[in-house]
Amino acid sequence: MSVSKEFLKEERDQAWRNEIRKSLTAKERTSLARVHMNEVDAMERILSNVEVNTGLTAEQAQCEAKRCLDCIDPTCISGCPVEINIPKFIKRIEQGEFLEAAKTLKETSTLPAVCGRVCPQEKQCEAKCFYTLKLKKEPVAIGYLERFAADYERESGQISVPEKASANGIKVAVIGSGPAGLTCAGEMAKKGYSVTVFEALHEIGGVLKYGIPEFRLPNSIVDVEIDSLKKMGVEFETNFIVGKTSSFEELKEEGYQAFFTGSGAGLPRFMNLPGENYIGILSSNEYLTRVNLMHAADSLTDTPILRGKNVAIIGGGNTAMDSVRTAKRLGAERAMIIYRRSMDEMPARVEEIKHAQEEGIEFLTLTNPLEYFANDKGRVNKMRVQKMELGEPDASGRRRPVAIEGSEYDIDVDTVVVSVGVSPNPLIPNSLPQLEVTKWGTISVNEENLQSSIPEMFAGGDIVRGGATVILAMGDGRKAAAEMDKYFKSKK
Amino acid sequence: MNKIVDKEYYSDNVVRLEVEAPRIAKARRAGHFVIVKPDEKGERIPLTIATSDVKKGTITLVIQKVGVTSRKIANLNVGDHITDLVGPLGQATHIEKVGTVLMCGGGVGVAPLLPIVEAFKKAGNKVITILAARSKDLIILEDQMREHSDELIIMTDDGSYGTKGLVTEGMKRVMDREKVDLSVVIGPAIMMKFASLTTKEYNVPTYASLNTIMVDGTGMCGACRVTVGGKTKFVCIDGPEFDAHQVDFDEMLLRLSGYKEIEQKADQDYLDQHK
Ligand SMILES: Cc1cc2nc3c(=O)[nH]c(=O)nc-3n(C[C@H](O)[C@H](O)[C@H](O)COP(=O)(O)OP(=O)(O)OC[C@H]3O[C@@H](n4cnc5c(N)ncnc54)[C@H](O)[C@@H]3O)c2cc1C
Ligand code: FES
Repeated sequence: MSVSKEFLKEERDQAWRNEIRKSLTAKERTSLARVHMNEVDAMERILSNVEVNTGLTAEQAQCEAKRCLDCIDPTCISGCPVEINIPKFIKRIEQGEFLEAAKTLKETSTLPAVCGRVCPQEKQCEAKCFYTLKLKKEPVAIGYLERFAADYERESGQISVPEKASANGIKVAVIGSGPAGLTCAGEMAKKGYSVTVFEALHEIGGVLKYGIPEFRLPNSIVDVEIDSLKKMGVEFETNFIVGKTSSFEELKEEGYQAFFTGSGAGLPRFMNLPGENYIGILSSNEYLTRVNLMHAADSLTDTPILRGKNVAIIGGGNTAMDSVRTAKRLGAERAMIIYRRSMDEMPARVEEIKHAQEEGIEFLTLTNPLEYFANDKGRVNKMRVQKMELGEPDASGRRRPVAIEGSEYDIDVDTVVVSVGVSPNPLIPNSLPQLEVTKWGTISVNEENLQSSIPEMFAGGDIVRGGATVILAMGDGRKAAAEMDKYFKSKK
Repeated sequence: MNKIVDKEYYSDNVVRLEVEAPRIAKARRAGHFVIVKPDEKGERIPLTIATSDVKKGTITLVIQKVGVTSRKIANLNVGDHITDLVGPLGQATHIEKVGTVLMCGGGVGVAPLLPIVEAFKKAGNKVITILAARSKDLIILEDQMREHSDELIIMTDDGSYGTKGLVTEGMKRVMDREKVDLSVVIGPAIMMKFASLTTKEYNVPTYASLNTIMVDGTGMCGACRVTVGGKTKFVCIDGPEFDAHQVDFDEMLLRLSGYKEIEQKADQDYLDQHK
């Protein structure tokens, strides 16, 4: 998928765009300072689950939008996995046409309110902004603006329900209700298909619900998106594990003619260290699921949660950051990140690291766990770690951490959350022996059209990519829908 | 969906529920389990499917009241609905003709054992079944077990019914007497540990069905992990049945107690509220 330069130019040459672009000189624009996101104070926010970022005001958003130069060659677009027409939506904000801005986002992104909150913009669009590349200045706050436009639309109550083609009577099944599945479902519904989404858990949303915490992505935002899919006629079946509750054959007999698998990378990895199965040591998926899906921290629910005093989280990704900040909110006195490389290599979004630091999270970088110890009841009470230093770059291009001999020491802990990555969920591959998988267990697809070795099955998101991002999962869902549509049209 | 169509008390604390779940009824095999969340605020817990009726589209669950969630489920009545029910989960029992099989069920572990007993009998094995419990009123499914077993032995700790003694004593008596080719044990973790040690002495291959703590039941969280043969396994997707001689039961027992204090307090609160 690539938007043509001609098309972008045509759009840029429209009268309203020319007018707004010429309303200020480039110099005036570049002299403006980047906006700061409004946030709830760190000491206040750790007492509850309130969303940390409170969004921009209209005035702030319009001021930030002025910084965008509306470049002839908008490099930012190439940094966006779904190629949102970034300058166009930003100029709509500058113009004050916020609903138009939201519409522009929705031309290519199905979940802008989500992506505006969780995309790693600093590695994507904002990394390719003219300010970053050429001016060596802070980029235009594209992510904040995306969130602003999407929130404005939602709060205005004037959400545009996408136009739907007339029903074509073809039934398709979407497996998994994470961002990949939700996007595919929406796109197929728009094209007139009759879509059912099957979800293994009792809630719809995948990682958006069970993983990413309320303080970063409120459930209500995800629910609005789900509601608009329901309004478009998408059916949801929760508590339904495709391959277990019913087989593919049975679903085919029930009339489903094609499938999109977006079953995610559910399986948590452990490190196989001595003592890792002691009580109080759990995966970040378990920790976050208890809190976010089961609402274990709410005293009115039955699911228990261990509230640790000294909590260590192993890892440096978004999942680790979400876990450590959750631990803080559950009352931990010491909430620590234990990460084997340095701050610079940390894969989490920069904003999450910043927020974590403000909240008093300790970062023990260049540190790796070796072993766990427990009290007589089997509850972890100590962990042995080792200091690391950075050596030569490895295959990922990041410098490889090397252990420093004799640097071991012990840390008192009563809860440890292991957050060192996930493997693909094996439920679907296991129930379909003829489905080709890679040596990592991800579903093999033709990269051109996301079709698997079973022609009527398409797949995308983390089950194809391994642990990736919301926006990539969404992009896959969209592309798979387009390809599935082509598949049906070519069969006729 | 998930409507309760029949309910029977086996004892004050043990209840049989028949639940409408046509898809699960059709798909399930011996050894499979479901995850049940009784109400909006409820917890997800695993329950093994005892039997199913494909025609009626129902599955049967046997529940012992041990904590808040099992109490909530056991207190549901005919006509009530279970909010969330998903399955069938886990790997089905591998059933084959091996010769003589020794089936041991302790407490409510007898319920999930029933379909396995049935299946092994159907496959042409000689089936010797031992039911064990603390006392007579905790022995369940006796008639059904007898129907599908060549021999049924009952053991109670207090001697109030059958033979007085632990399950392991009954097992030894059988294994001293004749050659056993395979054993399946299902019951409280501590019972499975000792049953497994016993069959090991006699070199009888043994399967145990593990009842660990679970959250999702789909491999997503790792709450259910156990060590089998020195490797970490997830009970919900790799199990629930494992080679009992390879299972680290001591670790499993510890992990089962992970939330004990919180759970006991919650249970007491629940009982106080429902006096
Ligand atoms: C804690 C955490 C924080 C993250 N933070 C960020 C972030 O800030 N930014 C970002 O871009 N990405 C982030 N990610 C990654 C991002 O969430 C994932 O890349 C994305 O959700 C993948 O989407 P998906 O649709 O492929 O799968 P998922 O969201 O994993 O959804 C898959 C769904 O399929 C269901 N399922 C599986 N098998 C079956 C079956 N057989 N039948 C029916 N249903 C099934 C599962 O229950 C699940 O609900 C984070 C991930 C985690 C865990
Ligand atoms: S119960 Fe969560 S992985 Fe088994």
